[in-house]
Amino acid sequence: MEDLKDLYREIILDHSKSPRNFGKISPCTHEGHGDNPLCGDEVSLYLRLGEDETLADVGFEGKGCAISIASASMMTELVKGTSCADAKSRFQQFLTLFSDDSAQSHSDIDDRMKALIGVKQFPMRVKCATLPWHALNAALSGIKSKDDGETKDGC
Amino acid sequence: MNDMTVFDVEKIRGDFPIFEEKIHGKRLTFLDSGASAQKPVAVLDAVQDAYRHTYANVHRGVHYLSQKSTELYEGARETVRDHLNAASVDEIIFTKSTTEAINLVANSFGQMAIGEGDEILLSYLEHHSNIVPWQLVAERVGATVKAVPIDTNGDLLRDRYEEMLTDRTKIVAITHVSNAIGTVNPVKELIAKAHSKDIPVLIDGSQAIPHMKVDVRDLDADFYVFTGHKVFAPTGIGVLFGKAELLEKMPPYQGGGDMINRVTFEKTTFATGHSKFEAGTPPIVQAIGLGAAIDYVNKIGFDQIAAHEQSLLSYATQELGKLNNIRIIGQAKQKAAIVSFTMDDIHPHDIGTIIDQAGVAVRVGHHCAQPLMDFYDVPSTVRASFALYNNKEDVDALVESIKMVQEFFR
Ligand SMILES: Cc1ncc(COP(=O)(O)O)c(C=O)c1O
Repeated sequence: MEDLKDLYREIILDHSKSPRNFGKISPCTHEGHGDNPLCGDEVSLYLRLGEDETLADVGFEGKGCAISIASASMMTELVKGTSCADAKSRFQQFLTLFSDDSAQSHSDIDDRMKALIGVKQFPMRVKCATLPWHALNAALSGIKSKDDGETKDGC
Repeated sequence: MNDMTVFDVEKIRGDFPIFEEKIHGKRLTFLDSGASAQKPVAVLDAVQDAYRHTYANVHRGVHYLSQKSTELYEGARETVRDHLNAASVDEIIFTKSTTEAINLVANSFGQMAIGEGDEILLSYLEHHSNIVPWQLVAERVGATVKAVPIDTNGDLLRDRYEEMLTDRTKIVAITHVSNAIGTVNPVKELIAKAHSKDIPVLIDGSQAIPHMKVDVRDLDADFYVFTGHKVFAPTGIGVLFGKAELLEKMPPYQGGGDMINRVTFEKTTFATGHSKFEAGTPPIVQAIGLGAAIDYVNKIGFDQIAAHEQSLLSYATQELGKLNNIRIIGQAKQKAAIVSFTMDDIHPHDIGTIIDQAGVAVRVGHHCAQPLMDFYDVPSTVRASFALYNNKEDVDALVESIKMVQEFFR
């Protein structure tokens, strides 16, 4: 039961019940998609890239469990207004939370990421937490660098 | 055969060592037999004994153990033949699973009889393993896969079925019982209708064999497949029943040892009967385990098993129905003991994780039946599937744990 309380923290229940930045944004310049073939859940992530290569707006849509919806909701809050490069490094940070036991104590990791640390006790559910981040990463990968004439993946 | 006059579920539970386990410190409520069933001592012993006392490869040695092992392996084939009431052991092919059995038919029968412009008729109730192999064949030869729709209760639309049997239909492949929502299809009638147009039929019996007695001759099935692990046998063993007249004409599926008559580099001639389709060393001990599992269920008797499971099904349907915000998916006229449901605003994955902490094991997800989930417009459901060892306490534990979920998300 303690593990459950740790998994479904107040903040997660809150974000899953009233997800922030839910819905397709318009105009939208980039989108990414994440599938969990195990459960059939899907998340679509929409971005609008601003003049200065920041994520001017972020939105998501999808069907998913409390964990994936809360993770998506908190993620959109986190990356909205940041630069592409920042968003990418946050994605990497988020992944290390589940692969590296010491990451939890890193002070530069936002609490909205750490809130999901409870899924570590439920290995089958780690994918639920990372699904929206993979969708974000897919969207970011579609972004072409501005000062590069050629098409190039990533920021 | 039937040496048990009254069905005693507690005695049956005693046959399954898994029920001695505590899960997160709680009593195990195992409602996931539809995915794979637990194993009784009779099967565990048969497997152990085979490895300890009689093990050797089959069909190739003249020594004592090889003969003994062959006798047991072929004995299991006879047990399966008798159980399905097939005419001959040559009609019983051991595979590794339902999946392999369907792939065998799709490839071998497909190569023989399905060509460009032809149609393969499935239904909306199929497991992915009775969809994808046909799509692969269809793509290869330029045929089309069609699916008979269902109504919202989960019953097959019979008039649509008849309309969809056309001159181009080369095979019908349909499930006996839906793994996702429990619908029992009227397969005997479906087969008769197809036969009236000379179309052969494959029945996926994966979810039927654990719950009911199947007589392939009475059904007049051309192919009937099932997987051992759902009927209390080990994994790695499945069965393809095929009518001899079809199997004789079909080309081999895989090549290798045991399936040949004579091999030269210029030309190989193939073995006949079931051997033609059993290339390589077969799952010997798994087959022996399957034989033991079939003997076990027959000793209890399918009349008793079915009656017990049906009473659990109605009790579960009734008790879950009393809860708020529960939607039961699939209310077919005739159902096997499978209850699929969703809850308003609470995702099946969250339900599964939470009730697991109460020791309740259910399957959550799309049940390898995504077209069916799309039909009901849900990404996934919670599925409680019952077997002969479940009891009323299991239903009560499920219902209590669902209340806990509601509490959690309030
Ligand atoms: C109806 C049905 N068909 C086919 C299968 C596939 O069985 P297996 O994975 O053992 O090949 C299953 C089980 O998952 C099933 O329920």
